[in-house]
Amino acid sequence: MAIKIHAKKLNFYYGAHQALFDNSLEIEANRITAVIGPSGCGKSTHLRIYNRIFELYRDQRVEGELLIDGKNVLAPKVDVLELRRKIGMIFQKPTPFPMSVFDNVAYPLKLHFKLSKTKIADRVEQALRGASLWDEVKDKLKASGLALSGGQQQRLCIARAIAAEPEILLMDEPTSAIDPVATLKIEELMLELKKKFTVMIVTHNMQQAARISDYTAFFFQGYIIEFGETEQIFTNPQKTKTEEYITGRFG
Amino acid sequence: MRRRGLSFRKLSDRLVRLFSTIAVLLAVGAMLWIIIVVVIYGAKALQWSFFVNPSKPYGIPDGGIANALLGSVIITLGATLLATPPALAAGIALSEFKDYKKLMFLLRFSANVMMGMPSVLVGLFVYIIMVVPSGNFSGFAASVALAIIMFPVIMRTTEDMLAMVPYTLRESALALGMTRMRTTLHIVCMSARKGLLTGILLALSRVSGETAPLLFTAMFADGWPNNYFTGPTANMPVLITEYTTNSPFAAMHEAGWGAALVVTALVLIINVITRIIFREKGHGH
Ligand SMILES: Nc1ncnc2c1ncn2[C@@H]1O[C@H](COP(=O)(O)OP(=O)(O)OP(=O)(O)O)[C@@H](O)[C@H]1O
Ligand SMILES: [Mg+2]
Repeated sequence: MAIKIHAKKLNFYYGAHQALFDNSLEIEANRITAVIGPSGCGKSTHLRIYNRIFELYRDQRVEGELLIDGKNVLAPKVDVLELRRKIGMIFQKPTPFPMSVFDNVAYPLKLHFKLSKTKIADRVEQALRGASLWDEVKDKLKASGLALSGGQQQRLCIARAIAAEPEILLMDEPTSAIDPVATLKIEELMLELKKKFTVMIVTHNMQQAARISDYTAFFFQGYIIEFGETEQIFTNPQKTKTEEYITGRFG
Repeated sequence: MRRRGLSFRKLSDRLVRLFSTIAVLLAVGAMLWIIIVVVIYGAKALQWSFFVNPSKPYGIPDGGIANALLGSVIITLGATLLATPPALAAGIALSEFKDYKKLMFLLRFSANVMMGMPSVLVGLFVYIIMVVPSGNFSGFAASVALAIIMFPVIMRTTEDMLAMVPYTLRESALALGMTRMRTTLHIVCMSARKGLLTGILLALSRVSGETAPLLFTAMFADGWPNNYFTGPTANMPVLITEYTTNSPFAAMHEAGWGAALVVTALVLIINVITRIIFREKGHGH
């Protein structure tokens, strides 16, 4: 088994408030790792370290090491733009750009690669197929991305993210704002995606975590309480807190 | 005790409704009244020659407003061109670079001061720094004065409109590996483009009736506005003021009212366009 991401003793601060404590994790490549835990326990915070998106806010800071393919990406010299190309992120609410479906997906391509027009069109199609969206939008590539349904918008964002040819996909509650049918589609899609990418998904839906993930990390009050194979976490949790949470006794 | 409380609340509820109805009637009534008066006094002037002839000196018949209309368009367009780039930049800075607290405080504070400044002061200021040193009035000086008035208006609407763009949109752009600059210009401003345009149009309609600053800068000239940079330039507000207050001729009074009617109509049109643009905004962002 190949370790793709190795978090080492991550501590995270919002100003003076510490939100994460000694988070250590080893994430296997080409697997889906679910991140679960009650609201406010630090799931999003943890994920937002990986692509250093938190750096948008001046008062937020991290301590510790995050190794991706053995290299510490939190080091100051790392090229953040390239890091973010390698790590796609999907948010809770779909965030299509105010442009056509085609341009939404072409944007990151043009941003990171020098490609001919026909190559771009090819790659856009590939990405849309990869996000199981092609059949639904192939006749309205010129329509605004904002005119799609919520579930389609979310898959458009997935297409946009995978167009940049990332290695890792971070998904922060990607299905919590869309209907059950669209959710099912995205879950099927994720099983497809893990063949090419290392996927981390934050979810409040225990069934979802159990259905699709290979590994599960349980967060509580900024600590990673338990981490292991999903099957084991859900059938035979080692910590009482984990058991209480997955059986719905709190959170 | 309780009952009295309840009936008192009912009464005060009714009072509030009464007062708001009166307020609405007053506002709508005042607007209609102004429009009706302007139409009654101004309609007679509206003939073809009125729109195509330039203004003529006192007492000469067949004068029109064409030169003033053109002059006003040039002056306001000039002002818009001058004010928009720095005002957009300042609005973007206020909304996107909040972290630089002291600088942004200074920017916001000075814009507030500018916003509260009487326009006659702005006119005097431009008169002192541009008209006096160069020795002549000019349409360009008028554009500068109007631009100073437009700047804080555009800046504030820009800030407000960008603030309406959800933060996750910025984050998803950055998460794709875009620079902060590209995210701001391509994604955030793109998202808010209709709002930004609305701000510019609002500022435009706000200054299109300004008279005081023009008296010190553009002044007025019968004849076409062909000396925008170096000479007094005809314009609507000064024409209206001159004709309706300073002239002894009935025909000029009438022309003044006609010009007022034209300005009112133009401002109304700009406002309606602004509404339409903003309404079309549609989904989300
Ligand atoms: N911008 C912020 N500034 C200050 N504190 C924050 C900020 N964002 C989150 N926090 C705090 O950090 C802690 C972890 O928040 P985080 O958003 O990571 O939780 P979460 O597990 O993702 O919750 P949810 O399931 O509700 O999304 C919480 O206590 C929260 O109050
Ligand atoms: Mg969260």
